[in-house]
Amino acid sequence: MSLTKESKNTLSWSNTVELIDNLRVDEVGLKERVASLATRSIKKDSKLQALNYIVTMCDLTTLEGEDTEGKIGQMAAKAIRPDPSNSEVPSVAAVCVYPALVAKAKEMTRNSNVKVASVSSYFPSGQAPLESKIFDTQFAIDQGADEIDIVINRKAFFEGDYRKMYDEIVALKEVCKSVHLKTILEVGELKTYENIKKASLISLAAGSDFIKTSTGKISNGSSREACYLMAKAVWDYKMVTGFKAGIKVAGGIRDSKDAIRYLVIVNEELGPEWLSPDYFRFGASSLVDDVLKQIKKLKTNAYQSSYYFPRG
Amino acid sequence: MKTWDYAESIESSAIVNIEKKYGIFLDGEFQTANSKKFLKTISPSTEEVLSSITVGNKNDIDSAVDSAKNGLKIWSKLTGTERAKYLFKLARLIQERSREFAVLESLDGGKPIKESRDFDLPQVAANFFYFAGWADKLDISWNTKGLKPYGIVGQIIPWNFPLLMLSWKVAPALATGNVVILKPAESTPLTALLFAELCQEVGLPPGVFNLVTGDGTTGAALVQHPDISKIAFTGSTAVGKYIQNETAGRDIGLTLELGGKAANIVYNDAAIDQAVEGVVNGIFFNQGHVCCAGSRLVLQEDIHDEFVSKLEKRMQSLRVGNPLDKNTDIGAINSKEQLDKISFLVNEGVSEGGTIFQTECELPANGFWFRPTLFTNAQPSYKIAREEIFGPVLTTLTFRTPEEAIDIANNTEYGLSAGIWTEKGSKILWTADRLQAGVIWANTFNKFDPSSPFGGYKESGFGREGGRHGLLSYLKVQS
Repeated sequence: MSLTKESKNTLSWSNTVELIDNLRVDEVGLKERVASLATRSIKKDSKLQALNYIVTMCDLTTLEGEDTEGKIGQMAAKAIRPDPSNSEVPSVAAVCVYPALVAKAKEMTRNSNVKVASVSSYFPSGQAPLESKIFDTQFAIDQGADEIDIVINRKAFFEGDYRKMYDEIVALKEVCKSVHLKTILEVGELKTYENIKKASLISLAAGSDFIKTSTGKISNGSSREACYLMAKAVWDYKMVTGFKAGIKVAGGIRDSKDAIRYLVIVNEELGPEWLSPDYFRFGASSLVDDVLKQIKKLKTNAYQSSYYFPRG
Repeated sequence: MKTWDYAESIESSAIVNIEKKYGIFLDGEFQTANSKKFLKTISPSTEEVLSSITVGNKNDIDSAVDSAKNGLKIWSKLTGTERAKYLFKLARLIQERSREFAVLESLDGGKPIKESRDFDLPQVAANFFYFAGWADKLDISWNTKGLKPYGIVGQIIPWNFPLLMLSWKVAPALATGNVVILKPAESTPLTALLFAELCQEVGLPPGVFNLVTGDGTTGAALVQHPDISKIAFTGSTAVGKYIQNETAGRDIGLTLELGGKAANIVYNDAAIDQAVEGVVNGIFFNQGHVCCAGSRLVLQEDIHDEFVSKLEKRMQSLRVGNPLDKNTDIGAINSKEQLDKISFLVNEGVSEGGTIFQTECELPANGFWFRPTLFTNAQPSYKIAREEIFGPVLTTLTFRTPEEAIDIANNTEYGLSAGIWTEKGSKILWTADRLQAGVIWANTFNKFDPSSPFGGYKESGFGREGGRHGLLSYLKVQS
């Protein structure tokens, strides 16, 4: 592509078209590579390092109709001190809540490094007019959200109206200004690898700071294959624009072993400079508990019961 | 910048039991050879001496032939079903002891444990299972009852896939009713010696599988023996030519699987990221010690810069080091001799004008190592584009049109394998139709299956191993 190599986090529509034109992914080769990365054997010190990375990269999440200020209070306290019995365990990256609960989350985390992320844009379906999505997003920002997780317009995507999908993200990015924008692709709905890579590139070109796998509201939320493809998209986008985007994987990542495999993908496909909460996140509710158990296990050589760790 | 170093994750070598000294395996048991000459087999990753092996001489080959004659008397009376029983037993036993074999292969040969564990050993067992299945179905294999075994087969195998090449040779030979005298490579004899123990364990009749270790002189004695009815050789084209000369004019069967300089053709409509993976796998698998390695990257000119940039980035993530570390991608070069050959050809490439890129990985202090290497700005006339380097060295050549890609790909004395990368099905067929190579992969590389015949065009040899066609390498057809 004939673009200057300056760091740029948006592309014009015509440049975006060029980027997604003739996009090709080979399913067999992709699966083989991902399977081969899963055979990395991460032990001892490198495992501890990975577990600590995972904690600092976690967006502790609750996105339920039944969420209350009381629930957010519990989760925020856990986000700040995931393991009160071990002061070496760091805080998580953020708590992720619905817009109506941002203010409470903000209040609970005010004396910490923990950020508050809010989903918006008619999460999880995105089936609403743009005006409503803008209002939803503006409300979350007014409540104090540091980060905004939006969903792409899958209706527009599947109808072939990529321009509409792009324009909506551009519009929401304008609302966000410097607030960190994560764009959820919902890879389990996009299904094909071409779709995932295409949606990744459009989202990046429209100004997303992060691309994210899933809302966590469908059964096949995240996959290592999707993460790999998104890493490839992030790399391609960096080659064209110089902009370094991040990835958030969310949806069904429950144990440390699985999370470490995601870290390996990012480490080997993008590089160690992506191993930071600025560029890689896990969206999860129960993952942290397993990570804490594993950290304890490495220190004491014994697995402890769940009741030794605080609920969030 | 903080990095995440993977801690060493070493596969324990406590599982293998290596004798200080090995004899030869005749009449179903290990024996002291007539030859008093020994050579040391070392671990190429540490240069530590692992064992001493016999350098079999002419008398030892004579004894091996006597043993094989006795073996043939028993073996030729068995039905295919009975022969199959032994092969199935061997296959199962190989599976049971695959960790032991894998560790031994990596120790003796230098290949990463993840390859010996996940590629070599599963393939070895699969070959024995596959040919065991043919043993009682030879009549229907080519729809004739007139298929006769050669008798005593001499087999000489290389050091790049020691046990796998043993399985490619031994399994079809025994399934078709031949008996075998095997000469493994001098730098990697240990898994063949362990295989001989397995033959004892399954009660294979004495003399059916015979093993004489040694060097080139041992192989020559085997080739020259008048009672050998068939030679099967895998190795260099130079030695292949010697064998063909030596056996000319004799009543003897011959199959040769020799060198290669495969073209991996990447069109501009390929899935680029997966093509990069395939090219990396094509040349860096097993340190590039692969006769069918995709050692020439034949790349469409308009994607050259993007592709090379991605390829170099991917190469930087290759982990070179201890073959027994489960995270090692590239192990040790098999021998000092091979390392010298690779270094010589790479220096030639630089002095001829190629642009060299090598990864920045640290190399261990002892042992034989070579950094993954990529040449760009190379021309079809350069040595690095013509000679088989048999190491982790990839040479890039560019083309403008599909016709030019074919010209470049076929512009070699070799013709073992080739790769085609495009998402367009019709272009795959058009290209494959015009390539002079025995094995052609599309959108993948280095894929093997016991049911697929493998072998070369031109100076890459003749005869096929594997599949139904592989049976014909060990059978004479009578009609």
